Amino acid sequence: MKHVIHAEWTKFRTVRGWVVGMVVAIPLTVLIGLLGPAGDSFHCAGPNGQKCAGQSPPTGPDGTPVFDSFYLVHRTLTGDGAITARVAPLTGAEPWAKAGLIVKQSTRAGSAYAAVMTTGGHGVRMQYDYTEDIAGPVNARWLRLSRKGNTLTGAVSADRGHWTTVGTAQLDLGSRVEAGMFVSSPQHVERTQSFGDITEDGYPTSATTTFDEVTTDGEWRTGWHGTAVGGASEVVTTGMTEQDGRFRITGHGDITPIVAAGLGRNVENALVGVFAGLIAVLVVATLFATSEHRRGLIRTSFAANPRRGQLLAAKAIVIGGVSFVVGVVSAALSIPLVAELEVAKGFFLFPTSTGTEIRVIVGTGLLFAVAAVLAVAAGSLLRRGAGTVTAMTVGLVLPYLLAVASVLPAGPADLLTSVTPAAGFAIQQTLREYPQVSASYTPADGYFPLSQAGGFAVLCAYAVLATVLATFALRRRDA
Amino acid sequence: MRVRGVHAEWTKARTVPGTAWLLFGVVALTVLLGALASGAMPEGGDPAKSAFMGVTLGQAVVAILAVATVSGEYGTGMIRTTFTALPRRLNVLAAKGLVVAAMTIAAGTAAVLASAAMGDALLPNGLSLAAGPILRAATGSVLYLTLIALLSVGVAALVRDAATATGVVLGLLYLTPIVTSLVADPDWYARLQKLSPMTAGLAVQATINLDQQPISPWQGLGVLALWAAGALLAGAATLRLRDA
Repeated sequence: MKHVIHAEWTKFRTVRGWVVGMVVAIPLTVLIGLLGPAGDSFHCAGPNGQKCAGQSPPTGPDGTPVFDSFYLVHRTLTGDGAITARVAPLTGAEPWAKAGLIVKQSTRAGSAYAAVMTTGGHGVRMQYDYTEDIAGPVNARWLRLSRKGNTLTGAVSADRGHWTTVGTAQLDLGSRVEAGMFVSSPQHVERTQSFGDITEDGYPTSATTTFDEVTTDGEWRTGWHGTAVGGASEVVTTGMTEQDGRFRITGHGDITPIVAAGLGRNVENALVGVFAGLIAVLVVATLFATSEHRRGLIRTSFAANPRRGQLLAAKAIVIGGVSFVVGVVSAALSIPLVAELEVAKGFFLFPTSTGTEIRVIVGTGLLFAVAAVLAVAAGSLLRRGAGTVTAMTVGLVLPYLLAVASVLPAGPADLLTSVTPAAGFAIQQTLREYPQVSASYTPADGYFPLSQAGGFAVLCAYAVLATVLATFALRRRDA
Repeated sequence: MRVRGVHAEWTKARTVPGTAWLLFGVVALTVLLGALASGAMPEGGDPAKSAFMGVTLGQAVVAILAVATVSGEYGTGMIRTTFTALPRRLNVLAAKGLVVAAMTIAAGTAAVLASAAMGDALLPNGLSLAAGPILRAATGSVLYLTLIALLSVGVAALVRDAATATGVVLGLLYLTPIVTSLVADPDWYARLQKLSPMTAGLAVQATINLDQQPISPWQGLGVLALWAAGALLAGAATLRLRDA
């Protein structure tokens, strides 16, 4: 086997066009990636040239960009304590309008918190630190949030007598915290999709509800006072009135992680050039398989090593290895270079950990490698260069194009990016889907229907199937 | 002389076993994707764009067909025989272009008519070719495919190798819309959409919100025609200057 691989490697490295094609894939990927931000210029009206408001949102305790604006009626709690209140139902509010009890590190937007709340359409929830969400019962009017040490417990009751724990959170909020009642109501969004364009129409909303029977345990200081966390809205009036221990609170905003990619740039955006690089790699991989058939060299190869399956395996190993390196280098260069240009152009970048970046870089290498193996197998099967390249491009790039350039509605777009080899691009996804945030999770927004591993497995399945068929065909057919 | 060249090219195209399959592929894939898109058209969608969306897939097969007529001869060495018989190389290229264009018009017309019939059956409000804009979209789609064929002939004459030529053509067609979709600046977005051969060319299929399109239907097809002319010119120049 070793000498077969060596022979294939020699074939590859001595054809100048193939080596050039593979090398060119790298700058191609990087340059196309740079094209996106290069064409953009943000015109910010900041007085001192600072970034536009809203362009760099606050970040949560773990660095996730978040929305954190709501109306808070609060007091300062020191040490352990609890707050109990009865909340009137949010009727006619947005499904994710929230009203409940919260313990928050400070009134600074983005600070750590834990909250138990009723919602407009999703029952009672316990949420903390933006990303975490625990569902509770659908109907419960009494809420209680207690803190003991670093443990925060949210509980609900229908009658104030019998309490059910919704969830607990371990948070180190420090000794002094702001705690109390809050109301939020997100933007109302209506998405209409027509060809090539998704238009989002929306307007800000507010929700109003009443809290009464408010009782507190522990060491609470100051009187109840209201704060519009995250800044007061310019369009919606929010605030609080108190009468005989009944608090009527109107709030606006939301407390969630940001998911809409439109607000910033993510790693996937930097890798758009991968499509160009991949086409170059696919052409070389195809030629690596089909040229032998066209030139008749295949007969010499089979004479030298009659075990035909080995030849295909050796080709797959050589081209897969080269493509892996090309993919890794392309991604490793694209991500920092594109990010630098995006920052210079004033974009907000979704923060990604080094671990995630490495995963995406290696993932791109694997994507290139498996796609190249698929091309070699398909090339051996079809023996036609043009047909193979077209099949590869149509299988890998066209579904993504139809889904991402949003020509197709979400349903068929999801279908195409799950069953075609293009599902493999899921391996590059870095954005996380949050069930507690209603947003559009389509390929056009950077969300693939399958998980990273699942999507990649689909591509691998295609490669395995093609390799098996090609081995079978090579054995049976005349060379 | 020209007629004999065309006749020779026609004989070659006719007798290669793949041609019939490829022409069938153009029709089948175009109709298939068109039916999928028509069945799933969202409210407020463009009926003509849905019905004829299959063109985005069918064009890939048109590219194979067109590339094969040029690159196939380089692959087998047949090109030297061809040039010995017909030493005026530009005539050969013109004959190839003519034959490929004729085949594409035939297959494209069949594909578009079948897509229109599918669209009529699957779209909520049907689709009638009698309506002016729909007829323009249908005719434009056939012309679009024809221009893609000519573009592919030009690129194939330029790079010779079949796999590489298909890669270049499909890369040019499919990559530009993906890159464009990432550009946030509206001016640049519109500019790139006007220049991209696929997006501009397919503007001919738009029948609603015409004022919001980046380019008017026939102008868009004109942009694609310029791309095809450019590729043919570059191909012709290389063909004349290089050894066969």
